[in-house]
Amino acid sequence: MEAKTKDLWVFIETSEDGSAKNVGLELLSTGRGLADKQGGKLVGIVIGSSIDSAVKSATAYGADTVIAVDGSEYRHYTTDAYAKAIYTLVEKYGPTSILIGATNTGRDLGPRLSCRLRTGLTADCTQLAIDEESGNVAWTRPAFGGNLMATILCPDHRPQIGTVRPGVFKKGTPDESRTAEVIKEDIHVAPEEIRTELLEVIKEAAGEIVDLEGAEIIVSGGRGVGGPEGFKPIRELAEVLGATVGASRAAVDAGWIAHSHQVGQTGKTVGPKIYIACGISGAIQHIAGMSSSKIIIAINKDETAPIFNVADYGVVGDLFQILPILTEEIKKHKA
Amino acid sequence: MNMLVCIKQVPDTTEIRIDPVKNTLIRDGVPSIVNPFDAYALEAAARIKDKDPSSKVVLLSMGPDQAKNALKECLAVGGDKAYLVCDRAVAGSDTLATSYILSCAIKKLEELEGKFDIIFCGKQAIDGDTAQVGPEIAEHLNLPQVTYALEVFNEDGKIKVKKEAEEGCEVIGIKAPCVITVTKPAFDPRYPTIKTKMAANRAEIAMLCADDMPSMDRERIGLKGSPTKVKKTFTPPVKSGGVKIHEDDSAATAKKLFDMLVADGII
Repeated sequence: MEAKTKDLWVFIETSEDGSAKNVGLELLSTGRGLADKQGGKLVGIVIGSSIDSAVKSATAYGADTVIAVDGSEYRHYTTDAYAKAIYTLVEKYGPTSILIGATNTGRDLGPRLSCRLRTGLTADCTQLAIDEESGNVAWTRPAFGGNLMATILCPDHRPQIGTVRPGVFKKGTPDESRTAEVIKEDIHVAPEEIRTELLEVIKEAAGEIVDLEGAEIIVSGGRGVGGPEGFKPIRELAEVLGATVGASRAAVDAGWIAHSHQVGQTGKTVGPKIYIACGISGAIQHIAGMSSSKIIIAINKDETAPIFNVADYGVVGDLFQILPILTEEIKKHKA
Repeated sequence: MNMLVCIKQVPDTTEIRIDPVKNTLIRDGVPSIVNPFDAYALEAAARIKDKDPSSKVVLLSMGPDQAKNALKECLAVGGDKAYLVCDRAVAGSDTLATSYILSCAIKKLEELEGKFDIIFCGKQAIDGDTAQVGPEIAEHLNLPQVTYALEVFNEDGKIKVKKEAEEGCEVIGIKAPCVITVTKPAFDPRYPTIKTKMAANRAEIAMLCADDMPSMDRERIGLKGSPTKVKKTFTPPVKSGGVKIHEDDSAATAKKLFDMLVADGII
């Protein structure tokens, strides 16, 4: 497909209540620079049900234009409905580039869309730039479990599409006084075109929603916590910090904590402001999942643990002695 | 149920090291393994077959001749028959080209093995980590999909998939034929027995080359058919400037950490 414009689109994922999820707003802030270099507009694509709030957020976070597709069939994400809606929009408007958050939803939708458009898709990018020579988006992503970085171009196909890791780019400051052109597109998907059916939602046990990808602070435990009860000091520190509890694969495989807490290649990829790794040696698979955190604090007894290679603050010592003191100090400090 | 499981042979990324001088990946001597997520996908298929022994599990891989070893491993833990797409013409394919080739191979296999009710893939392969080939196969074949599956149940021909969602799990109903990509479940895949291992070693892997798929558009495969191009690869920079905190006792260490975090404006 030929691009009809130089515009850069950001897919704004919405919640069931019609609000914008963070990842789309993060992508607007990084999308701004790319759109300016491409010489096109920054366009927010908002699909969902009763999405006024998401449209407002997209405007406040910097979109020049917002294209909104509102319908009850979009309240809960389905591959078939969303792929149809966004494909229809791309055919009509012909953007040059599209950024999609690399969430479960984005990574379900992205390949479906790019394949329908027969264009290239680069997954789970952690750096974005415009290639000086060609003017294409230079998509940089980790591969081989984070051992290697690759920069990918999609030179001859449009739109060029990438999914971008949540948390890597930070949200800008919203400006509620900004205005944007809002285009409402009436695209509907018949029930029989949606070939999956949501039968049941199983939330995590009471109060235990694990939003690692959206967390600003994560306190994680690994093999060094020794058992399920070893997560107690970790949970206590997380509580005073308002943090989410994470875990390494070793702790999850040992059955000490649910897989939904797992950070790393076979778990979640995270990029919080602060990541505190407690009793985690730092296998490459774990590091691949958290190395884009802004500040990394590692607490480990073993001075040679590889986690210290990526840590801003490497604390050598026993987590069971250090964490309670740290938790107390922070409590006092916050009081 | 007639099921297909897509298998990729990958280098064991836990064994990959960086050459400290040349700053490149050391791949020599790195063992090749069955992509772990594909092993979970095969286990999901094998569990359906456990309950309905009339089911069939066909395996499909694409890669060099040595990928036969990965398929043999899979034959020992639930696979009934295995096919390998092996052709120079497919080398250099990105995910779009790979998924196109596999979708052509699947159409070919359906002539030989009958229509597949479920096509299973791992969520992603641990070398590329793209998670794109499964959904792209579904798109090429115009099939519905569920990604991030933890468990798959066949209830009288109705397929239910428990999948990982951002706030817990969801159960999705989907009709055959469909594509399901599988993430890490709460259980380990089964181990082979000596008997299944020996039988798998003796098994013939059926080979498919590009000419076996005459309807495949040669413009859409290999490097030429791949819209994405690798501009460069590099090893990630090592974080420097980290500080070590190691005082005589834990209380002093904890206090020092706290003081530094406050001084640096982190807390």
